[in-house]
Amino acid sequence: MRYAMAVDTKKCVGCSDCVVACQTENNVPIGYCRDWVVEVMDGTYPILEMEIRSERCNHCGNAPCVRCCPTGASHFTDGGIVLVKPSKCIGCGACIASCPYDARYPHPDGYVDKCTFCLHRIRNGLKPACAAVCPTKCIYFGDLDDPNSEVSVVLKKRKSKTLIPEAGTVPQLYFLI
Amino acid sequence: MKEEIIVSGRMNSMVDPHLHIWHWQIPLYLFLGGLAAGILFFAALYFINGKEKEYPTAVRLAPFITPFLLILGLLALFIDLRHKAFFWQLYTNIKLQSPMSWGAWTLMVITPVSFIWCALHIRDLFPKWDWKYEWLKSIETFFNLNKKALAWVMLIYSVILGIYTGILLSAFNARPLWNTSILGPLFLASGLSAGAASILILTRLPEERKLFARIDLIIIGIELFLIIHMFMGFLASTQVQIEAARMFLGGPYTMSFWIFVVIIGMIFPAILEIMELRKFHIPAILPALLILFGSIMLRFIFVYAGQVSRWLY
Repeated sequence: MRYAMAVDTKKCVGCSDCVVACQTENNVPIGYCRDWVVEVMDGTYPILEMEIRSERCNHCGNAPCVRCCPTGASHFTDGGIVLVKPSKCIGCGACIASCPYDARYPHPDGYVDKCTFCLHRIRNGLKPACAAVCPTKCIYFGDLDDPNSEVSVVLKKRKSKTLIPEAGTVPQLYFLI
Repeated sequence: MKEEIIVSGRMNSMVDPHLHIWHWQIPLYLFLGGLAAGILFFAALYFINGKEKEYPTAVRLAPFITPFLLILGLLALFIDLRHKAFFWQLYTNIKLQSPMSWGAWTLMVITPVSFIWCALHIRDLFPKWDWKYEWLKSIETFFNLNKKALAWVMLIYSVILGIYTGILLSAFNARPLWNTSILGPLFLASGLSAGAASILILTRLPEERKLFARIDLIIIGIELFLIIHMFMGFLASTQVQIEAARMFLGGPYTMSFWIFVVIIGMIFPAILEIMELRKFHIPAILPALLILFGSIMLRFIFVYAGQVSRWLY
């Protein structure tokens, strides 16, 4: 099993619904977030290109946060999801420093927090909150090892990219381009 | 032209300064740990070589400050933790891939060793010292009989402590400035030179002063080589590392790094020590303090600048 997510940059309108849904679903403290929206404008007027991306933890195959964590609080779980176990986390910040995507933040309660791909929802057969609420349905989620999952199908059909794969992280958050 | 707008939520220290990962505690600890490693290294080295009589400051006196340095360093580390009540988790886990885990376990070895080393020489400071309890006396006898083994443990672990302070940072490939294997040797060299400098402050023997002034000179030469080598490596590397090097070659950290670390912390004290070895009258404390200052600035500048350097995407 290898969970992955694909975000369609052609369909995403940058409404930030995914951000609010995540904050509500996961009780993210005010002022913090586990996912965010980036709008990239490229080119010179009048030839401009825009890309909108809903970003979050990449649940890397070779996660530097898991490698750097001194206590094993950051760990891999079902389908390669990277999780933090608060009762093991000492809040040293090593994982925050090690993440090239800045996907982690120090929770006001002390431990480090991040996107979980809504593991509690997946286990109940639901989609992650961000994918479930997306009004343009641009977030696809599923198991890469299952050729019929929606993420496998869409990745087969469309061209995609990942963010800074050259950092050696083997990211599992795909962007359809 | 490429412009990136963060529509919502993106959290990093560029946007929200309160997310700055590491503050003064980490560079301070890296300095104190490196300094303690330097002092313990020379103590063990000259004890193993049987030079205890010639260099008593290095072997017997200077190590007395290391327990304080290590405890202060550990305190700084503890203050840095955000989930303090769970700090013991460091000692219920061994993570071979995590330099921080290595560091925690190294400190677990070297801190008691530094205490024992001081305890063995406590009568130098307090001639009438009495351990009062028999079991304490028997422990002292045991370590006195195995002092050479203890010195070997101290030698090896002081090198690990000194080099790990750099490896801790170089393991983060997300921060291109830190992500160079030169950082381990550079921080080790800087710690050794700081250790030699503090022995210079404490010693009153002209022979010892001469030896450690020479040692400092050699290590400063090595440090300068490593720094140049590091920037050559950056400039010959990927775009992100070129950008990282540019922070020091014209960018925001240029002045502070080259003036405080290289000129005031290395070149100037080296010139003073050469003059001293050539029999000019230089107060010995001056170059030593400058070296310690350079050593602490190196850590602060690298820890802060490293957090600003990042991958571009």
